[in-house]
Amino acid sequence: MAASILAVDDSASMRQMVSFTLKGAGYDVVEAADGVEALKIARTRSVNLVITDVNMPNMDGISLIRELRALPSYKFTPLLMLTTESSADKKQQGKSAGATGWIVKPFNPEQLLNTVKKVLS
Amino acid sequence: MSIDMAQFHQVFFEESFEGLDVMESGLLNMDPGTADVEEINAIFRAAHSIKGGSGTFGFMNVSDFTHVMETLLDEMRDGRRQVAADAIEVLLQSVDVLRDMLTAARDGGSADEARVKAQYSELQRVLADKHSSDDAVADPVKQASAVVPEVQPVGWKIVFRPHPHLMRTGNDPLRIIRELATLGETSVNCDLSELPAFEEFEPEDSYLSWDLRLHEPVDKSQIDEIFEWVEDDCDFAVVPVMPEGYDPAAAVEPPAASDQAEPVAQKKPHLTEVPPPEERRVTDERRNEAERRKTPAAAAGGSSSIRVDIHKIDALINMVGELVITQSMLGMLGEDFHISRVERLREGLTQLERHTRELQESVMQIRMVPISFSFSRFPRLVHDLSSKLNKKIELKMSGENTEVDKTVIEKIGDPLVHLVRNSLDHGIEKPEERLAAGKPETGIVRLSASHRGGNIVIEIRDDGRGLPRDKILKKAVERGLVKADDNLSDKDIYDLIFQPGFSTAEQVSDVSGRGVGMDVVRRNINELGGAIEIESTPGKGSAIIIRLPLTLAILDGQTIRIGKETYIVPLVSIVESIQIQESMLNTVVGRGETFTLREEYLPVVRMHEVFGIEDHDAKRLTDGILVVVEGEGRKCGLFVDDLLGQQQVVIKSLEANYRKVEGISGATILGDGSVALILDIPGLMRLAKQGGARTRAPLALTA
Repeated sequence: MAASILAVDDSASMRQMVSFTLKGAGYDVVEAADGVEALKIARTRSVNLVITDVNMPNMDGISLIRELRALPSYKFTPLLMLTTESSADKKQQGKSAGATGWIVKPFNPEQLLNTVKKVLS
Repeated sequence: MSIDMAQFHQVFFEESFEGLDVMESGLLNMDPGTADVEEINAIFRAAHSIKGGSGTFGFMNVSDFTHVMETLLDEMRDGRRQVAADAIEVLLQSVDVLRDMLTAARDGGSADEARVKAQYSELQRVLADKHSSDDAVADPVKQASAVVPEVQPVGWKIVFRPHPHLMRTGNDPLRIIRELATLGETSVNCDLSELPAFEEFEPEDSYLSWDLRLHEPVDKSQIDEIFEWVEDDCDFAVVPVMPEGYDPAAAVEPPAASDQAEPVAQKKPHLTEVPPPEERRVTDERRNEAERRKTPAAAAGGSSSIRVDIHKIDALINMVGELVITQSMLGMLGEDFHISRVERLREGLTQLERHTRELQESVMQIRMVPISFSFSRFPRLVHDLSSKLNKKIELKMSGENTEVDKTVIEKIGDPLVHLVRNSLDHGIEKPEERLAAGKPETGIVRLSASHRGGNIVIEIRDDGRGLPRDKILKKAVERGLVKADDNLSDKDIYDLIFQPGFSTAEQVSDVSGRGVGMDVVRRNINELGGAIEIESTPGKGSAIIIRLPLTLAILDGQTIRIGKETYIVPLVSIVESIQIQESMLNTVVGRGETFTLREEYLPVVRMHEVFGIEDHDAKRLTDGILVVVEGEGRKCGLFVDDLLGQQQVVIKSLEANYRKVEGISGATILGDGSVALILDIPGLMRLAKQGGARTRAPLALTA
């Protein structure tokens, strides 16, 4: 069965790009537009990887990661955040919230796939 | 795997422009000194999304520019910077520049480089001004500092001791070691010494450590990259393995853990402070490349898309389902039809009619978007113009959620801008003038939209000085539009400003009075099937009232008959239909046949004469019917043979399928398959005035 990935971003174009790239590589992708929606999805089904944007309305990526990591079924799940190079402290915040790692924006589909492959192998 | 990024461009541009609108309205709402955190957050998020997207989709100049805005907003958001009026103003201007850049990127052009550069340094200036934080900007500079040994190492020795909690970050030592192996030949030495006794063993902790050797002279940054995510969750050191005979004292590599590693996906040079020339060139080249890539898409497409509320789609699908059920019911009925079942058939047909109508309404709903899309630009416009004009003006908007056909939204924008500018420039007085007139210093311009009947009504109302009746009249006389002794009503005089080339502004100002005149505004609105009206009270203010049809695709029409021809009169233009008596008729010298209706003298337009129809039935005015219609504030009676019925008709463009015919706004296909022409009432009135049609098109079109 293909690995499932939850892609969280409030920007539709980024979400589309991430989702399209991952689906093209054979992954099963679920999309969410913010942390609240993502958390709801994550509670009702299991995913193998979460990729989330940091700045989002309602619930940001850092809080989402903290909430997810607290769920028993997400204890060891790779949680990646999409971040920009200027936010070194965001990475730190993300790490202390339980993030596995990050993908730095801007990224291209190849970089995304390489990173995903790395955590899902 | 290569993915064509151009396919995401359209969505990216749409959401970026929406983001710009969010930023703009947010910035306009922001009061210097006190700013709502949520507001700044929303603005920041919009900037952040644009930056992230533009970088990803290859618009590096946009991304670089937005980066500075984002940095500024970030400082405001974190409370590290006061929200100063100056900064807001610069950010607002930057929104404009950004909009230009995005427009240029979308259309395959290039933005005004000089303006972008100027605004960029303006942003830098604000950023440098009272610079309370430096980490955000200084960050990328750190990266260049890695010490490179003079002699290339032949390999690396890596010590990797995960902390017990490493697995709970979602990382996995095995994955990391495997990844390292992709760089070259490795030898792995596992240290089991920390492994506890079985009773004390915590299954979720990691106890193992590794001494790794990579027999490959790779760049150290490649190794750092692999360990980047876990550098805080383990003890980690990278030591170069030097070739035989190398003096290790000459160069010592510092332990890696303290180094700021190059992030995984960042391979591109990034412009942060003032860019060195070659870096700028790289960015430009990349942008050009991006433009080249997107050109085919832009050329092929040019299509616009629309965002539709999911509920509307659901309703539509639901309706289609109903329609399919009705269709299959009718189909079964038709298979072995007997006259006894005619009642069922009728029922089915009624149902079909209802579903079709509902389906049509749902489809129309899809094209409906809130007029706020058009209104949203006005707070900014008023903000900018009032400071330019040294006037105090407050804009009050209402009914922004009124839904209008998308085409109407697109076409109404420019006329509205013109009208609002006029209100600001000519309508509202200077503060001192207002005070002298006993009015509050701040003028108020109200922009409202509402549904009235089958129309949408947009009003621009100000409490300024009103239209200068005498000045308009004088000018019109000068221009020879009217004679001084014509007995004109106030309304007639106000209507004069819609005449081509009419402008009363004594000198053409920077704000209004250039290029487009009110005649263009009226023409645009007429093209949309709408009408424009003026109300004005001297000293109290004026109002422009625009009436527009809800949709451009369907029209409620009254079918009329003249001889064998059928025409459609838009229902909105009809005041009433009457059979007249001899006593109501009179002939006024110079104005032709008229009739009296409630004290008003209205001209009669004999339709058969206008359209050159010879076999009309009603020869005398009392035999036929007068359809009293109104257009552009004037009324007249259309003389026709008969009224047939009211129905909704689908408008087909005559211009696209045939050519423009004066007095006709379009055509439609009737239930029996024949073509009927839809009358354009204002055009028809002009035509009647000139005395008959220049074309016999209606006859040629008879099916």
